Amino acid sequence: MMSEPTWKSTFKAFLYLLPALLILIIFNIYPIIKSFLMSFYIDFDYFNNVVYERGVRNFIHLFQDPNFIKATLNTFIFVVGVVPISIILSLTIALFLNSKIKFLGFFRTIYFLPFVTSVVAVAIVWSWIFHSDYGLLNYFLGWFGIDPINWLTDPTYAMPALIILSIWKGLGFNIIIFLAGLQNINQQYYLAAQVDGASAWRRFTNMTLPLLSPTMFFVSIISIINGFKVFDEIFALFNGKPGPANSTLTVVYYVYQKFYEEYEFSLAAAAAFVLFIIVFIFTLVQLIIGKKFVHYD
Amino acid sequence: MIKSALTKTTIYFLLSVGAILMLLPFVWMLSTSLKAPNEVMTMPPVWIPSELNWSNFTEALSVAPFDTYFMNSVVVTVLSTIGELITTILAAYAFARINFYGKEVIFAVLLGTMMVPGEVLLIPNFVTLSNLGWIDTYQALIVPWIASVFAIFLLRQFFLGIPKELSFAAKVDGCSEFRFLWYVMVPLAKPALITVALLKVINSWNAFLWPLIVTNSQELRTLPVGLSAFTTEAGVKYELLMAASSMVVLPMIILFFIMQKHIIAGVSRTGLKG
Repeated sequence: MMSEPTWKSTFKAFLYLLPALLILIIFNIYPIIKSFLMSFYIDFDYFNNVVYERGVRNFIHLFQDPNFIKATLNTFIFVVGVVPISIILSLTIALFLNSKIKFLGFFRTIYFLPFVTSVVAVAIVWSWIFHSDYGLLNYFLGWFGIDPINWLTDPTYAMPALIILSIWKGLGFNIIIFLAGLQNINQQYYLAAQVDGASAWRRFTNMTLPLLSPTMFFVSIISIINGFKVFDEIFALFNGKPGPANSTLTVVYYVYQKFYEEYEFSLAAAAAFVLFIIVFIFTLVQLIIGKKFVHYD
Repeated sequence: MIKSALTKTTIYFLLSVGAILMLLPFVWMLSTSLKAPNEVMTMPPVWIPSELNWSNFTEALSVAPFDTYFMNSVVVTVLSTIGELITTILAAYAFARINFYGKEVIFAVLLGTMMVPGEVLLIPNFVTLSNLGWIDTYQALIVPWIASVFAIFLLRQFFLGIPKELSFAAKVDGCSEFRFLWYVMVPLAKPALITVALLKVINSWNAFLWPLIVTNSQELRTLPVGLSAFTTEAGVKYELLMAASSMVVLPMIILFFIMQKHIIAGVSRTGLKG
């Protein structure tokens, strides 16, 4: 059956591929190319598909637009705020869960729960938790003598609020991936280390961490890439606004504003293209550094 | 021994604290959704409502048509999942079992598209749909999502692991290739198909940005879009807002409790983030 390709087998294969290819070409491949081309449109008529002028002015405009610079900076701050804390927390929890405890399934279920729920719904729940007068968070902080914080209306605290929500939402996913990584480590290494009298901390730093590095790397890159794409959380948490005084305006939110609120299609396409470049760089880093430095078992 | 018992206790303690923090928003959501209005805005907070006020749910339904949103979400989720399964099975079979000209190139191009963030596709797809006259229709919510490179890749890997001898035997018995795919390969690939379907259901049910952009009329909103609009409609009535949020969240939580083994196994095997 897996004989040399012939025209007959090619025809047959394309019949099988037709439904998927049709959808993917129209809604995946064509828009990638189109989006790239669109980002160079300067004067155009979309719905009649006529372009009068092309150029790089959109990109120049982007980098001169204080809002875009702010969006890019905010996105970096968001990623830096979420990823390290999320990784440390999820790795710690995964290590706990992996230490032959009872109720493993029970704990895993609870930690994973936010992953299956709608971002919009849980962001609305969190906006209630962040409520400055009657919110749970300020109530708990009051126990420690901390005055009520205007989480969602003070530009200083809007980003931390978004970061807290995002860490909570994404923790379960990272824990599951770390658990899978930990369970893949050959137990004989640990037996050998124990025979040699290595302490628990040394076993962790000299064995678990290096052996877990591919997983660690994978989780970091996925978290970084997803961090750059944050949108739903912001929209729902701040009721359709990018936070007070644009304090949680991110790159995807900027794309949404330009495209859907201001109808600046080509500028939005250019901003989306910048997002693609950032994500692409991290994907490349994953492929290159991943092969070079990461210890694969 | 005493030392390790102590560490065990510490571990259980920390895990429990973490678990409480993870659950708290859901508990708070349900508790608020069942409160009488005068118990909502209080300090210190009321944890357990003095009586269960189910009328919040009916009131939320009367303010916004959550029954319509719910049906829309069900229709969109079911149809896009079925659609994706069909296109995926067919395409994955071609990549796994047929040799044809251009196979490597097509496969590489498809995998390459996985590196592009979906947000890049938003604008051209919107233009395509308006040219087709599909804005504000069910097609717009479903058709662009009935094929996935990731799903094809996953199922192809699974198909490759099914012994080829099976198909020779089927051929000898006079079974057509198509029948062989449906009656032998598909049942054997059930674990992979369940993974694909569950992840699709979760993503489709929770999708927000795309349905927000391609729907204008209230009758076509899915639950997340309807819920987001409801924040303006409900104002500061948090008991209604939490009742509505529960309606969006609970179906997926129930699905998760029933299918959690498959969902967790699927995520840890594929590392897919929604």
